[in-house]
Amino acid sequence: MDDSGKLSAIRVTDLVVGFGRQIVLNELSLDVRRGEILGLVGASGGGKSVLMRTIIGLIPRRSGTIDVMGTAVGGAGERTTQNAAARWGILFQQGALFSSLTVKQNVQFPLRENLQMSPILMDEIAIAKLEMVGLRSEDGDKFPAELSGGMTKRVALARALALDPAIVFLDEPTSGLDPISAGDFDALIKTLQQTLGLTVFMVTHDLASLNTVCDRVAALADGQIVAIGPMSDLLRSDHPWVKAYFHGKRSQMLQPKVS
Amino acid sequence: MSGMPSEGDIELRAHPGLTAEATEAVLELRPSGSWVSLNMAELESLARSAGGKFGRSRSVKLDFSAVSEIDTVGAWLLEKLRRRAAADGQQVEMTGIAENYVGLIEEVRLVNRRAIAPAPKQNPAVTKLTDLGRWMLGTAQDLAVFLEMVAALSLALLRILRRPRSLRGTSLVYQMYRIGWQAIPIVVLITFLIGAIIAQQGIFHFRRFGAESYVVDMVGILVLRELGVLIVAIMVAGRSGSAYTAEIGSMKMREEIDALTTMGLDPVEVLILPRVVALVMTLPILAFVGSMAALYGGGLVAQFYGGMGPAIFIARLHDAISVTHFEVGMLKAPFMALVIGIVACSEGLRVKGSAESLGQQTTTSVVKSIFLVIVLDGLFAVFFASIGM
Repeated sequence: MDDSGKLSAIRVTDLVVGFGRQIVLNELSLDVRRGEILGLVGASGGGKSVLMRTIIGLIPRRSGTIDVMGTAVGGAGERTTQNAAARWGILFQQGALFSSLTVKQNVQFPLRENLQMSPILMDEIAIAKLEMVGLRSEDGDKFPAELSGGMTKRVALARALALDPAIVFLDEPTSGLDPISAGDFDALIKTLQQTLGLTVFMVTHDLASLNTVCDRVAALADGQIVAIGPMSDLLRSDHPWVKAYFHGKRSQMLQPKVS
Repeated sequence: MSGMPSEGDIELRAHPGLTAEATEAVLELRPSGSWVSLNMAELESLARSAGGKFGRSRSVKLDFSAVSEIDTVGAWLLEKLRRRAAADGQQVEMTGIAENYVGLIEEVRLVNRRAIAPAPKQNPAVTKLTDLGRWMLGTAQDLAVFLEMVAALSLALLRILRRPRSLRGTSLVYQMYRIGWQAIPIVVLITFLIGAIIAQQGIFHFRRFGAESYVVDMVGILVLRELGVLIVAIMVAGRSGSAYTAEIGSMKMREEIDALTTMGLDPVEVLILPRVVALVMTLPILAFVGSMAALYGGGLVAQFYGGMGPAIFIARLHDAISVTHFEVGMLKAPFMALVIGIVACSEGLRVKGSAESLGQQTTTSVVKSIFLVIVLDGLFAVFFASIGM
């Protein structure tokens, strides 16, 4: 599909974010198209999470605009409205499940707070979401402390999807999972993205996820997006950091598959 | 992207609707508009009212062609209608599903397949009995945990006595600074006020018998024997005991305790012993400081409210109290400190994964240690009375 045919889900223009004297994001611009899975790579501490947290309104910005689904996201310090919360779901790196609620209550929490729904229906929806992310209905009564790493991520994803958002933000969804679970999780993201028509914004270091599930990959270096496009384009990029990232020792093993 | 809302229309969604036309042969359900969770309140009542038309026709037809957008909640409500018809043995036909929603509708057909077994009803008498049994088991466990901690502490102490260099001096001094030195202002303030209040009440009531001068006896004996140490112990339980439980509990939650164990270190020796020893060493000092502050408060009230000069107060105090009273008070302090420390640390180790359990164990720790401190005080009173102290 050509670029003009797709509307953008997130449009970031000339974004500047800094802490004290340090500028983390320097006039960064990025377009995320509707219905795509965009992977964001960058050096550790290079501002990937800062970018994500700025878009969702957790970090104030110095200048620049952020449009999400065609609506401008408020300026620094503004509280995210309920409407915005229903617009996106967020999977935090450690899951960030509420430890005193059961799995089912965690998934129901956004439903309970935002919608008027009968308790029976709320139970059914919560179990439906859990089954969609590959858990069983019995898991609903467990507490977050009783879950394995992979299950925690799945529950967090179910909670992020509770309100059927148009966009999901995933912060390193496969970190800390074994390659098989990580692969399963990637497949799950792809499936859900297709069934629910999601736009996925994924911060990741997992070269395999970038390669298999991402439609496009954006590379963040020196506070700017230095390269963006399908994986094959990035592999051909001349930018020194991108080259080092994709052609370094650790990524050598992937080369035969992608080129 | 036909089903997606276009730019700027997030607020202006098409109104949802559901028409149901029933003939003898077929019940035709035609949902329309936006079946998304934002319209939840309407969707549920629409689905319910359509449910009322079931059972009169031989087959059901679900026509999705007028649906502008649909999400999991909407799809599930329609799926429930479909299942209901299917359960009645009717033919269900679904038509007009937009291409981008086929996946979702198919996915929803797979979920909630297994009925959740409702929790079996319990006999109330059995429930009561189970609760009682649980409570007794819990109490026995509490005792076991306490004794286990005493044993672990004694072992750690023995090891330290054999190799005194393994005592964690820095940690010990730091804990003493935290729970001793930093607590002095608040301990002094509160015991001072309590001494003053006792003296004022005593003077007010004793005046009727003309026995004002006996207030000094009362304040002196009460503060030195009982109140000084008891009030300070209760304050320390609330101030430092709770901090111990919360610290050790959050270390447990973040697996720091497990990390210590895997490095071949004993958490009791590294974390708990310095804390308990610091408490045992500082509580007598705090109790002494507190008793002095209470006596001072009593003395000030005697001077300004009772008109008894400092010289007379001190002289009467000298007559009224003996070293025995002071010893009785001070002897109790280390035992109370031991109880507070053991309860606080063992409750900390019982914290499970959740934030709620941390709060619960901290509360339990404070309540239990205050209770035990008062019980211990009562036992000591009996003991000292029987040996004539």
